[in-house]
Amino acid sequence: MNMSIPMESVIALLPEMIVATFGCLVLLFDLVLPRGRKSPLAWFSLAGVALAAYATWRLSSQTISVFADTFQVDPYSNFFKLVFYVIVVLTVLMSRAYMQQDRIHIGEFYHFVLLVLLGMMVMVSATDLMTVYMGLELVSICLYVMAALKRYDSRSTEAGLKYFILGSFSSAVLLYGMSLVYGVTGTTNLAAIGAFLSQGETNSAATVGLILMVVGLAFKVAAAPFHMWAPDVYEGSPTPITAFMSVGPKAAAFAVTLRVLLEAFGGMKSDWEAILIVLAVLTMAVGAVLALVQTSIKRMLAYSSVGHAGYALIGVVVGDSLGTFAVMYYLAVYAVMNLGAFGVLIMLRSAGLKGEELDDYKGLSRTHPWAALFMLIFMFSLAGIPPTAGFIAKLYIFMSAVNAGHIYLAVAGALLAAVSAFYYIRVIVMMYMKEPEAQQELTLTTGLKVALVFSMLFVLILGVYPEPLANYAQLSILQF
Amino acid sequence: MIPLSSYLVLSAVLFFIGVVGVLMRRSIIVVLLSIELMLNAVNINFVAFSHYLESITGQVFVFFTLTVAAAEVAVGLALLIAIYRNRRTVNVEELDVMKW
Repeated sequence: MNMSIPMESVIALLPEMIVATFGCLVLLFDLVLPRGRKSPLAWFSLAGVALAAYATWRLSSQTISVFADTFQVDPYSNFFKLVFYVIVVLTVLMSRAYMQQDRIHIGEFYHFVLLVLLGMMVMVSATDLMTVYMGLELVSICLYVMAALKRYDSRSTEAGLKYFILGSFSSAVLLYGMSLVYGVTGTTNLAAIGAFLSQGETNSAATVGLILMVVGLAFKVAAAPFHMWAPDVYEGSPTPITAFMSVGPKAAAFAVTLRVLLEAFGGMKSDWEAILIVLAVLTMAVGAVLALVQTSIKRMLAYSSVGHAGYALIGVVVGDSLGTFAVMYYLAVYAVMNLGAFGVLIMLRSAGLKGEELDDYKGLSRTHPWAALFMLIFMFSLAGIPPTAGFIAKLYIFMSAVNAGHIYLAVAGALLAAVSAFYYIRVIVMMYMKEPEAQQELTLTTGLKVALVFSMLFVLILGVYPEPLANYAQLSILQF
Repeated sequence: MIPLSSYLVLSAVLFFIGVVGVLMRRSIIVVLLSIELMLNAVNINFVAFSHYLESITGQVFVFFTLTVAAAEVAVGLALLIAIYRNRRTVNVEELDVMKW
């Protein structure tokens, strides 16, 4: 039996292999470098991401299916991979000062960031339930550890454990659904499942399997009523890690959801459409209403992240090419603007101040006008106020909903966006219309500055000139 | 020959016991065990389907699930120890520094 791996598979898997290699080497180099001189590790991780990005870019226009059709490199997966590279680079750039202040082992942090990146890359390329599960678990297990990386701190370990219990519970539910789908169709390949289900009679076991899988995926994207873990985990985790996991794994989970629902369950759209409509409206409502009553800005951003998942879900409900495009665009823009907002939170974390309470932002425009201006732009963008990228992203989502005849979804989304604008603007009021209470020190590193300026330019330029990203997303939508 | 439905009922019962265990029990260790029970219910499903469909895929999937479950438990126990060092408790209800 010939067990050699063909060259084509190696080339298709090259970005993943680069990330895996660098992820493991970071851990080794960490042992060699003396304590307190770990900055080469950041450069090393960034170099790995850059190499992987180059490999992905070289593959970007091709569609290659390898390893018995379990793994596929296509424009859709490459779009998401490039978004993930940007997310990882921004996270690595903005995290060093925070990690040092909070005495977190930074080598392990880079290691886990790269492993999560690998898991997300596997997720978006997966065309088989097996690879979907492997990618999902690689991401989840690493995130449980990352949430608890501040291991002497009881909030951080509590966040890790809560995430672990609910995360592995949801994985088991997802897996049970997968086993039923396998039992009905006799295959785990997404395209083969799709072919089997579209040819015939409805099957109640397949419907149960589908519902369990949707529930499992809804946990992963933190859609209400399966969002209970998100606020606690986001609040307890170290801020750079919260920033990372509120954008990266969420985008990956959405990418997987889209591919699974459209490719494998396209024939059962009427079944999952109804569930997702309820989930989308509920998620937007929970995100908008519960964020209003928070006093911690980190917890507020957690609920805001739940709300944003609701808007992306509208695009999944639509499910046609315009809907897919809207989801991809939304996730890319949300990733950068949310990382920017968390970057300001990280900047306010200094020796005396945590920067996590809303009151910490009182009078920020007097003490640190630049920090306040950055926060203002990111809050406007998250609220969806023009001329920011967040507005265009919401517009595409609502346009796709109207185009597909889901006008009520667009109306509900617009109304709830107006409600949620209130709590974003409350932060701005705190910064610009209240008197400062105490002199705050900012923690500024070059990496953080670069990350913030990049995010701000991204948000503002795409707000008035969205074509480059929109065209690229349009070229990368799922093909059947 | 035992019919497929017997296996499916067994696995459904095990899965349900696991779900109830995660939701009801207070000790994190029992919660961990319940999650394992859920995963093994899934494994029974896969193996049973694999046998009756005469398709090998289900058994391959079980290997992946088993491996991932082992990694998951390792991380879960590590988190448990970290929590115990900070709090001197492994009771889920006492993990309330943040609103649950």
